[in-house]
Amino acid sequence: MKIWSSLLAVVALALIAWWGVEVFHLTALFGVVLPYAAFTLLVVGIIIRVVRWGKSPIPFRITTTCGQQQSLPWIKQNKIENPSTTWGVIVRMALEILFFRSLLRNTKTERRGEKLAFGSTQWLWLGALVFHWSMLIIVIRHLRYVMDPVPVVVQSIEALDGFLQMGVPVLYLTDLFIVASLTYLFLRRVLIPQVRYISQAVDYFPLFLLLGIAGSGILMRYVFRVDIFSVKEFAMNLVAFTPQISSEIGAIFYIHLFLVCSLAVYFPWSKLMHAGGIFMSPTRNLANNSRIVRHINPWNYEVKTHSYAEYEDEFRDKMRKVGLPLEKE
Amino acid sequence: MAKLPAKEEMLQYKYNVPATDWMNTPVDFKPGTFCYGAKSKNLQIVGLPNARDWSPSDADWKLPENWQEIILEGMAERLSKYRSFRLFMDVCVRCGACADKCHFYMGSGDPKNMPVLRAELLRSVYKRYFTTSGKLFGHLVGARDLTEDVLKEWWYYFFQCTECRRCSVFCPYGIDQAEITIMGRELLNLLGLNIEWIAGPVANCYIKGNHVGMEPQGIVSNVEFMCEDIETITGKVIKPSFNRKGAEILFVVPSGDLFAEPGIYTCMGYLMLFEQLGLDYTLSTYASEGGNFGFFTSNEMAKRLNAKIYAEAKRLGVKWILGGECGHMWRVINQYMETWHGPADFLEEPVSPITGTKFTNAKSTKMVHITEFTADLIYHNKIKLDPSRNDHLRVTFHDSCNPTRAMGLMEEPRYIIKHVCNHFYEMPEETIREKTLCCGSGSGLNAGENMELRLRGGFPRANAVKHVRDNHGVNVLANVCAVDRAALPSLMDYWVSGVDVMGVHELLGNALVMDGEIERTLDLRLQPLPGKGVDSDV
Repeated sequence: MKIWSSLLAVVALALIAWWGVEVFHLTALFGVVLPYAAFTLLVVGIIIRVVRWGKSPIPFRITTTCGQQQSLPWIKQNKIENPSTTWGVIVRMALEILFFRSLLRNTKTERRGEKLAFGSTQWLWLGALVFHWSMLIIVIRHLRYVMDPVPVVVQSIEALDGFLQMGVPVLYLTDLFIVASLTYLFLRRVLIPQVRYISQAVDYFPLFLLLGIAGSGILMRYVFRVDIFSVKEFAMNLVAFTPQISSEIGAIFYIHLFLVCSLAVYFPWSKLMHAGGIFMSPTRNLANNSRIVRHINPWNYEVKTHSYAEYEDEFRDKMRKVGLPLEKE
Repeated sequence: MAKLPAKEEMLQYKYNVPATDWMNTPVDFKPGTFCYGAKSKNLQIVGLPNARDWSPSDADWKLPENWQEIILEGMAERLSKYRSFRLFMDVCVRCGACADKCHFYMGSGDPKNMPVLRAELLRSVYKRYFTTSGKLFGHLVGARDLTEDVLKEWWYYFFQCTECRRCSVFCPYGIDQAEITIMGRELLNLLGLNIEWIAGPVANCYIKGNHVGMEPQGIVSNVEFMCEDIETITGKVIKPSFNRKGAEILFVVPSGDLFAEPGIYTCMGYLMLFEQLGLDYTLSTYASEGGNFGFFTSNEMAKRLNAKIYAEAKRLGVKWILGGECGHMWRVINQYMETWHGPADFLEEPVSPITGTKFTNAKSTKMVHITEFTADLIYHNKIKLDPSRNDHLRVTFHDSCNPTRAMGLMEEPRYIIKHVCNHFYEMPEETIREKTLCCGSGSGLNAGENMELRLRGGFPRANAVKHVRDNHGVNVLANVCAVDRAALPSLMDYWVSGVDVMGVHELLGNALVMDGEIERTLDLRLQPLPGKGVDSDV
């Protein structure tokens, strides 16, 4: 049910774009209005979410320490997994964001009779890493459609991505990788009973949507072979705010574009915002130095306590009997 | 109290999932897996709301009329006060990396003990009332109404989490279930839904200064008893001071160390060490608790209890504070104390009077961990040790959750152990240091009525101990935590017989060579030391 409804939603989105362009000829809507609207919503949405997180303060320094603390000078500190300086935090965060350090620790718990065994399992780490890096490279590759001349960086990334030099047009490795990794991420959700149990429609939907985007992009490049020059012209005009409708581009392009727009609109209001959240996670982005520098809680308030005077008042006789020093005799 | 199942029965669980969706699987209050409800009088002592006597197994929890409003307002307030809470509600992708990292899940197979699902219990309500998508799409986006059943489910599972932070180590976004449990318990406490095992110690600590409820004369006489034993063992007469103004150092221990076996043996180790050093320190009967069960109730309650430490240091005019072996105590001291009650400008940067070492890592909070202090002594050869007195012991070390994952105290205790024992063996790598497995009884869950839960939660730890017992003949589980010392003995008795539980400073006390002491024939437990003295029949 959760899976089918998500899949149906993505298929419906694709059909809407197809009908809209092929049947109703709403190219202006799907090619101009919706992309502008979606991009605006993406930017505004992300800002709203990040600002909302930012408005909640960090009252306590709750670093999760994954290594030896800064201690006596002859004890070797783990300066990355338990940073006490900003530099340490930067390295820790970079490892987390670029290489998914914590996910790399993953183990698999198995019980064999009376024994528990912890096997190492890096498949999730690998699948996630391949997906995210492919995604990044694909996004960078797409910059060629909105930049003229195409920057050298983009050109070299393209060259690297297509280094196999297979087929015409050249096969991009990331196209393979992103489909494979998304398929893996989907299959593990379905096939591992525990993961399936915790999965919700909102976990399947983005996977299908991304598969839809990757699939339509691949079809466009390798099967339907849309006119790449028209696409670039269209895209250049779009980013220059001088939009022009092109009738040269096939419906598959509009499906691809509409799915991307859907993702852009969906992104800020969904779990996909983990992309922004990871930068702000207080267990990871704080140095464990709260005994070295006092951390300030902006809403720290006075609380009712039980003072020593009250304590002595209650126990004075008993304290005197055992010879404890007293403030008031 | 529920009858304890036999081992075979206990192990009959599987990691299967129910046929019904978790939202439609009602919570089953299984005897032996939950604690008694907080008593009215203990909530009243500290002024917590909705004080009344109630039982979790009753259908009627005697909630106030507007309880939903109270919870939702409480959530809104906490979402605006804690970035952690808001962020952790928003960014989980349910990848499942945390699922099999929780000791309660590993030992029970209950899917709601997967940290992701335990968080989802709260997240589903957050989505329903605080997100647009949840208001519009409900179940489809994982949102659900806040009903009495949901509240009971929260209670059951937020008191089945020891706030150990193991899941947080593995989470790609650092989502910390401890933080979510802390918020969940704060909300439950707005309705008077604490457990008695936490509420009782909190009330005790507030009035009497310590969780176990010892009055000043009780503390003095307990320490005197320990000193009598020390005299029997070493021939040395020790007279520690209490509430003494002008001492250089205030020494604060978890009250378990002043109260009962095996904690008192650890305390004897501290006392012997300080005597040998001639340390100018004092104990306080007012600040007689390093631990903080308020931390398992609410931030405010934790702060109210913790206030005594700095207040007493100020009143007595000490230079700095030394803290004993305790787990969550050190999370609170490292991550909360000075934020609450600082700046600690009435104290001086801690310096060891014996070695002259400056504890620069504690220069602001001015509180030093006893293993930092002792490791420094050993490094500078300031104490004489005879590790052969511990030769009959084959030791492994249990990293306590909080000093490890909320501080990073890993090498200091190991350094001491390696100098006071000749036989030390590590448990498997996946079960120690930042990946350490909880005793299953932390965060105020070390009651008697939930023993089955504790044994299940402690099963993964026990399993790792069993590994080193079977492979290396390990017979001592060393640790730096008072809850460990209270909880691990029953865990060992049940799962891994023949393993004693000892604080690191108990081992140190055995090995410590004191000036003018008699020949040691007894260990700190008054048991004959094998191979030492005439009584030995080896």
